[in-house]
Amino acid sequence: MDFISILSIFVLSCFVGYYVVWSVTPALHTPLMSVTNAISSVIVVGALIAALAAAVPAAKWLGLAAVVLASVNIFGGFAVTARMLAMYKKKER
Amino acid sequence: MHETAAAPAWVMLAYLIAGICFILALRGLSSPATSRRGNRYGMIGMAIAVGTTLVIQEIAGLWEVAIAIAIGGAIGFFIARRIAMTAMPQLVAAFHSLVGLAAVLVGAAAYLNPLAFGIADAAGSIYFNSRLEMGLGVAIGAITFSGSVIAFLKLNGNMSGKPILVPARHVLNFGILFAILALIAYFTQDQSPWIFWTVTGLAFAVGFLLIIPIGGADMPVVISMLNSYSGWAAAAMGFTLQNTAMIITGALVGSSGAILSYIMCRAMNRNFLSVIAGGFGGDAAAGAAEAAIDRPWKRGSAEDAAFLMQQAELVIIVPGYGLAVAQAQHAVRELADLLKAEGVTVKYAIHPVAGRMPGHMNVLLAEANVPYDEVFELEDINSEFARADVAFVIGANDVTNPAAKTDKSSPIYGMPVLDVEKAKNVLFVKRSMGGVGYAGIDNDLFYRDNTMMLLGDGKKMAEEIVKNLG
Repeated sequence: MDFISILSIFVLSCFVGYYVVWSVTPALHTPLMSVTNAISSVIVVGALIAALAAAVPAAKWLGLAAVVLASVNIFGGFAVTARMLAMYKKKER
Repeated sequence: MHETAAAPAWVMLAYLIAGICFILALRGLSSPATSRRGNRYGMIGMAIAVGTTLVIQEIAGLWEVAIAIAIGGAIGFFIARRIAMTAMPQLVAAFHSLVGLAAVLVGAAAYLNPLAFGIADAAGSIYFNSRLEMGLGVAIGAITFSGSVIAFLKLNGNMSGKPILVPARHVLNFGILFAILALIAYFTQDQSPWIFWTVTGLAFAVGFLLIIPIGGADMPVVISMLNSYSGWAAAAMGFTLQNTAMIITGALVGSSGAILSYIMCRAMNRNFLSVIAGGFGGDAAAGAAEAAIDRPWKRGSAEDAAFLMQQAELVIIVPGYGLAVAQAQHAVRELADLLKAEGVTVKYAIHPVAGRMPGHMNVLLAEANVPYDEVFELEDINSEFARADVAFVIGANDVTNPAAKTDKSSPIYGMPVLDVEKAKNVLFVKRSMGGVGYAGIDNDLFYRDNTMMLLGDGKKMAEEIVKNLG
């Protein structure tokens, strides 16, 4: 992909983000933070590429370390978000 | 080895779908009813992104990756299960630091082995754009990491919430930021290791220096801001790797954090730049407290409170962080249940900064089984105080201070507050008359004719009232 296509995706995503986040109810701002935390760990993709390429050992180990850190975030972030969201209940009756 | 040729079309589509799943994950949070489905979309998106990456890479070394994921996943899962809801701000800060550090590590790995990422020519010379994106990504990641570590230490109480003011800090910070940008510009011309590592080191240092002068009261803004940074770091890495899932996610998270910072600033009537500049909080306590002591105020008992609430038609509970500190959420919910059983309408009024991070108080109430449709935000409930018979303030202080509306000399003047004083009766639970709120200012509400002070520990007081209701 050329730089301009990537930039277009980025700029449009910023707009999507702006409107989607304003529509989040304030009551769920804490889960919003924990779930954004989890999804920003999609950088695990980069970590995996590094960890699976054997040519440069140092890069491989950095990649593996990044995989560990990102995994803490992915599993921890989604799990704690799910735990919080499960607490939100409507009035009985 | 991967050449620079674009990834197969299906791979690009898979990453795009992952990105869309992440958009849906945030979209789901528009209401609690759809939020759990949203969270599942997030997990699906992540599974697609990880799965696609694994499929297109060489399989050798897969077991090492599996172990790395298992270790990280187990730690994350364990923490998520055990963490107390009151500790959410620290946890989020800690998670931000991990995103930041992971971005630095990925950037460093890409720098050391650019061919694996397809961002260099056969001679190992990294492309111009990639150098720029890599430099920015690593710098933002490092700032996110060290800044979040400081935020974590302050929120967790390992470090004082008081601002630490380094002399000439603005000059110093601007100097370092400028040096980082200049070095990144130079890095596009010369990919020597010393430039890359100096940028990384300086960014770690500036993240640390940027957060230490910011006081505990401003931490809700700081964690929102770091949330935003972690997104921009992911986006910059997405540019480097030409990965749409990372770019979409980075943009979403970046905007999310920015909007939350804005909302928090507005709720505290603080200017974003002055928050960043630091120095606020923990130093204003001196002046106002003295004037307070001689003014007459009314003291009530749990019995009086129970009587007033039983006679009421509408009771609005105003909880603050003190409620969570005293672990009184459950006692208060019990109190509300008894009132509801007697036909009293009970509502909760939440100020945006009632907790220690955006939406924190809502989570704490949800944990105590308070139904979310009884909980209202400031702008939705403020008009209702005028027809409330009782406003029951527990663990909150500054967010109820009428001086924010009338007294131009007050440090919180202009901050949106809950119109508690308009209720027929105000019951204010407080440990003693001496102490002041987080901002260190006296609250005029204590001395109003319609206010009754209930002095004591929040949890004990709520339990006493429950006894008297029974």
